[in-house]
Amino acid sequence: MDYLVETKNITKRFGGLTAVNKVSFGVEAGEIVAVLGDNGAGKSTLIKMISGVHQPDGGQIFFQGKEVDIHSPMDALSMGIETIYQDLALAENMNVYSNIFLGREKTKKAWGIFDVLDSQYMYDESLGVLDKLNIKIPSLRNNVRTLSGGQRQAVAISRSIYWNAKFLIMDEPTAALGVAQQHLVLDLVKSLKDHGLGIIIISHQMHDVFAVADRLIVMRRGEKVGDLKKEETNPDEVVNLIVGSESVV
Amino acid sequence: MTHTISETLQGNRKLAFIARNWAAFFLLGFLILFSFTGKGFLSITNFQNVGHLAVIAILMASAETFVIITSGIDLSVGFVMGFASVTAGKIIQVLYAAGEGLSPGISIGIGIVIVLILSLIPGLVSGVLIARYKVPPFIATMGMWGITNGIALKICKGFPVATLPDALTRIGNGYLIYFKPGEGLSFFGLPPGVGNESIREYIRLIPNSFIFVALVLLVLWHLLRNTTFGQHTYAIGGNEEAAVRAGIDVKRHLIKIYVLSSFIAGLAGIFNIFQTGIGNFTPFGAMYELFAVAAVVIGGASLMGGKGRIFGSVIGVFLIAFLENGLLISGVVPFYRFIAVGLLLIIAVVIDQLFPDLL
Amino acid sequence: MNAVTKRKTTNLVMELGRRWALIFLLIELVFFSLFAQGFMSLRVFQMIFFFGITVFLLGTAELFVIITGGIDLSVGYVMGFASIISAKMISAFIQAGMQHLPALILGIVLTLIIGLLPGLINGLLISRLRVPPFIATFSMLGITHGVAELLILDGAAKNMPHLANLIGNGYFLYWAPGPGLSLFIRPEIPRGGFILELIPNIVILAFIVIGILAYVLKRTVFGQHTYAIGGNVDAAIRSGINVGRHKVKIYMLSSFLASLSGVIYVLMYVTGKGDAGASSLLDAIAAVVIGGASLYGGKGTVWRTILGALIIAVLETGLRVMGIPTFDKYIIVGVILISAVLIDKVFPEKTYTDNKE
Repeated sequence: MDYLVETKNITKRFGGLTAVNKVSFGVEAGEIVAVLGDNGAGKSTLIKMISGVHQPDGGQIFFQGKEVDIHSPMDALSMGIETIYQDLALAENMNVYSNIFLGREKTKKAWGIFDVLDSQYMYDESLGVLDKLNIKIPSLRNNVRTLSGGQRQAVAISRSIYWNAKFLIMDEPTAALGVAQQHLVLDLVKSLKDHGLGIIIISHQMHDVFAVADRLIVMRRGEKVGDLKKEETNPDEVVNLIVGSESVV
Repeated sequence: MTHTISETLQGNRKLAFIARNWAAFFLLGFLILFSFTGKGFLSITNFQNVGHLAVIAILMASAETFVIITSGIDLSVGFVMGFASVTAGKIIQVLYAAGEGLSPGISIGIGIVIVLILSLIPGLVSGVLIARYKVPPFIATMGMWGITNGIALKICKGFPVATLPDALTRIGNGYLIYFKPGEGLSFFGLPPGVGNESIREYIRLIPNSFIFVALVLLVLWHLLRNTTFGQHTYAIGGNEEAAVRAGIDVKRHLIKIYVLSSFIAGLAGIFNIFQTGIGNFTPFGAMYELFAVAAVVIGGASLMGGKGRIFGSVIGVFLIAFLENGLLISGVVPFYRFIAVGLLLIIAVVIDQLFPDLL
Repeated sequence: MNAVTKRKTTNLVMELGRRWALIFLLIELVFFSLFAQGFMSLRVFQMIFFFGITVFLLGTAELFVIITGGIDLSVGYVMGFASIISAKMISAFIQAGMQHLPALILGIVLTLIIGLLPGLINGLLISRLRVPPFIATFSMLGITHGVAELLILDGAAKNMPHLANLIGNGYFLYWAPGPGLSLFIRPEIPRGGFILELIPNIVILAFIVIGILAYVLKRTVFGQHTYAIGGNVDAAIRSGINVGRHKVKIYMLSSFLASLSGVIYVLMYVTGKGDAGASSLLDAIAAVVIGGASLYGGKGTVWRTILGALIIAVLETGLRVMGIPTFDKYIIVGVILISAVLIDKVFPEKTYTDNKE
């Protein structure tokens, strides 16, 4: 099957340090891939090359089968590659629908002259996407600050979906969440598969990874040391790969 | 883009040295420039005058240095000074009772002690608000600005407090050395038997105010540079989170910082009463606190905290003071000074941007 | 008391707490009505609004800046600077033989255009050179102060038209027995005769501008982006908002409002004054904070800022009517300013937790 996003021999150096060394991997549409590794293993750098934060020093990135140059996060966004950050990139002082439409506000003409916000439209559309993803938020008119961590994650994800994201990158999506909220987010992530999205998750939580991922990629010292189907592996093997006592490619 | 510029610039050590000490170089440049353009600029009398008048600003800037290093700001210093000056004036006035009451020395002494204790209060209040109740420093100290200003005005009913002992100005505007060639010298006053009318014949060296302010500066410099108090001050400004984890009682330290700032402002109020002989409230347009912040930033501190030196701030004060004085003596309209300070500030910040890791 | 009623009471207390500013204003009004003789009169109420204009306008200016997480220290002196250049220009135009009305209009329009300049420079320094707003706007305070004083070296503007006074101190509506109703033009009445004067012209002017800005902040993309920048600048950038450009606009708006209050000052006093707005900076920032905005950005509305400004204006006028020296005002404003932050902490927004499980 064709990959939605694919890297071939992608490399990134910082001065003398090779953070990512000739890594090739791919993610299909409707597939969730977890990237694991110790601190400094290169997983963040790998992801940041796809999201446009870093530019690779070598290798290629393919999106929907075509080779692409991603020079900035804006490039990535315009292709439909969205990153859900740990700090969520939500304006907490604004309400839910304003956040979903942030920077792409819908306006209408007031008295035929002035552009004013079309709040009703934004509200309805936001409600639509939240319903589609089966997300419950007390009121879309409440500020994001008043929501729980899980609800905020859900808002951030809905925002990507609304704007036609094809590929999601999630950096520690369940960090700093309570158990109930972790379930909320993980269920949501799983349901995104049905919408045909490709997803990369970076996580330290082995439990999360086995709960949602279809495939696991293990990084160590900048290299890919494992690429495993979830059904064909177990947590022990993965831990061994992370710390470096065996290698399966 | 700025990043690459700053990288290249930092590589050049000579340039970095100049950039780090740009305020001192500017000061030197101004001194040379004004020596040519201003008649009487380059003289001991003029330099002593500039220094004497800058004493208040130096104290304000030192107070602000401590606060700014912790990444705070104290907008109340100017009005705490006015409050101290007026209160000291009132106490001395009542005790001295135009010669009918206590002796000048005792009246002044009691006035100073009470006011210095009182001047701890505004800092204590803003410190507690900032450290314990997380009120932004800007708001807490702006509130104290209003409160101390209002109290000062109430105490003096909107008029300066006068009829104080002459001893104040005799000490405040006196000199260490009085010297007349051929007739010997005396300390802290004209030789006995010499009348005040012949004071112009004497060469007067080292104003008393220099001695006091030098002592204060020495203590503050030592405090910031050589003590754990100073270390913690920098630590809090550099990374408050890290300071907390390192076991520093950040809240307590911040309270101390604002108390210190307020105390120094009180000291400035005492200096003020010695220099002018009256208790003065602070007029709105004086903007002592803003000029103090300007001097501190010109002296190399950053409003983001973690950076700043007492002597850097003193150079900042002198840069502004000599600029003002030099322009005045050179016959330039004094209002250019506002513009000049504005430009200096922007230079300071841009240099700080280009050389972020200096100091 | 059972749990439900208890929760209801807490909710009521929270709701009232969030509206403390309004309640405080009402208490002020009741207090002064009881203890300040002659406070409860149309005249005094119009006075509150008339003399409050500077703080209304500078407060609104400061609000936009503070929502983005910045501060503008220059508004007071930009106001003075604008008052001087508009007076100078108007008198120069009249000297050059222009009619009074066109001279007045041209002078005002040119001032408002020139008045954008300090804000443009502030905005560029802050967004392009990354100068902290405190420093950039303090520099601008010095520069506008200096330039204003230079301009006035050869004396204040002369030959100011009486028309300015008519507009600045005139009312929208007059009624007197005999001539009846008239708009803008004060009817001739016998000395000491009764005349009803309603709503000062400049109060109407100021509130039209403030009303438009309240609308802009609440209902337009410009307003949304202002809140977004103050709330989470990274989110704003990632959403494709041109943050630098927006900040430039914000500081220009602030400086425009300061210039407008400078122009209004000229209409009121028929002269320019370099430090016309200097003492209003504290009040302007206090109004914004009392109105519930946070110096960390992202919060605040125009009408609540006006509420904050009214609290100060009522206090000042009330004390004056009581014959108490306004020194007390500084103390009370200082106390309210600090209390505002503390009270807002006691009554935070409602929060939600996951009610799914």
